[in-house]
Amino acid sequence: MRWHKIYALCLRHIYLISNSLPRIIDLIYWPTVQIFLWGFISKFFTLNSEYYSNTVGVILTAAILYDFLFRVSISYNIMFLEEIWSRNFTNLFIAPIKISEMIASLTITAVFRSLIGLVPAALLAIPFFGVSVFEIGPALIALLFSLYIFGVTLGLLVTAGLLRFGPSFENIAWASLFFLAPLGCIYYPVEILPNSLQIIANGLPLVHVFEEMRNILLNNIVSYPEIFKSILISIAYFVFGVSTFYLAYSGARVRGTLINMGE
Amino acid sequence: MSIQIKNLSKKFNNIYAVNNLSFDIESNKTVGLLGPNGCGKTTSIGMMLGLIKPSSGKIIIQDKNIDTIDRNRLLSVMNFASPYVELPKKLSVQQNLQIYGRLYGVKDLKSRINELTEDLNLKDFVNKKTGELSSGQKNRVSLAKSLINKPEILLLDEPTASLDPDTGDYVRTYIQSYKSKNKVTILLASHNMAEVERLCDSVIMMKKGKIIDQGTSKEIIGRHGRTNLEETFLKIVRSKDEMA
Repeated sequence: MRWHKIYALCLRHIYLISNSLPRIIDLIYWPTVQIFLWGFISKFFTLNSEYYSNTVGVILTAAILYDFLFRVSISYNIMFLEEIWSRNFTNLFIAPIKISEMIASLTITAVFRSLIGLVPAALLAIPFFGVSVFEIGPALIALLFSLYIFGVTLGLLVTAGLLRFGPSFENIAWASLFFLAPLGCIYYPVEILPNSLQIIANGLPLVHVFEEMRNILLNNIVSYPEIFKSILISIAYFVFGVSTFYLAYSGARVRGTLINMGE
Repeated sequence: MSIQIKNLSKKFNNIYAVNNLSFDIESNKTVGLLGPNGCGKTTSIGMMLGLIKPSSGKIIIQDKNIDTIDRNRLLSVMNFASPYVELPKKLSVQQNLQIYGRLYGVKDLKSRINELTEDLNLKDFVNKKTGELSSGQKNRVSLAKSLINKPEILLLDEPTASLDPDTGDYVRTYIQSYKSKNKVTILLASHNMAEVERLCDSVIMMKKGKIIDQGTSKEIIGRHGRTNLEETFLKIVRSKDEMA
């Protein structure tokens, strides 16, 4: 991989964001609304639930982490869709860049795009709700890393779908994360799920991330093997995502959908 | 760089979009690809760019099958412009040229952008967002992007479609002058017969994925006893239709 090419691809999205104040506001607005909504719900539960009574902000911290995953994945999808919307798709695919460089640039830019929205929202949660996601400590970085890899994977699978089925796959892009959310056990322990669904849920990194987050906040214990397990599962999905993207690209060349793809 | 197309075919759902196409383009020559809508011009260009995988046949560039050449190396000496492909609308002309210049690994990018801005008369709107430009301006920007890497092979798909006669003439004059100053092999797909007559050294006429005639404009016109390429084209296309 050549870093100057990856940088050029990232630059396209940096220009896009920096050229437009409404775009920056949009990036910050939704995570902030989400944090306030879950902040009030969280406050209500901590006052009225035994499970949450010994710690403030478990729900809000879960909301912040889930929003990070959501933003990474949606950022990845949007950046790819931007190329289709602007009819720039063909130009990109005939430029001397490798698919791996394209994936790397989207992966790198997605994290920055997500942090632009999430950092202000996470900081606002401290004075408004007395909840700091940073209370998780150093394990927070590992949990975010796992979510980041999984978010990118979901982005890869959706963009592979866009390559395979064209812009009509766009609706799936928006729905992809909501589909997995119930199995991710973001706001509740995995035991709530029926046994059969628990087996599926345990195959997702989300369950391990959010179980561990609750473990840290409620019991003050960090289980690094559990966090490591979530990262490994995320990486396995990532490898699957990359392979699927390559397959979709190869299929798109056979079907001729790479030329003149646009809205 | 020379191009040889040998028995190139592409089938979509068992229907031939391009059927057993063979032709040569000598180094630094301009060849026009003529044909009605859906005759396989864009599919042929797509295969040459590596965007579409041929069902069979070979594309040979400078005596090498493109399947054996490093794709990125090949793409760095090629480029493409089409009115159906645009640059990001929310980015300024300057930003778009910077990004593509970097992607193509252009050395001394600043002076290359200045050169193109000067040559293609982009100065007045170089800092404007690409989406805010008129179609004539967008067309020139798209041409600038396609020349950013000083390509040795340039593929142009209807470069003057939907342009007013004045802008169309400007683009044609520029391509003519660019060709005279640079070593470049051009494949020009067009519906504009006068444009093809003016710019191309030879012409390939296609219909339903097949070549139905090829040669210089004069040769083709003479063969069919007509006075210009447009009349010749209509005669060929219609008579084949009647036969079919």
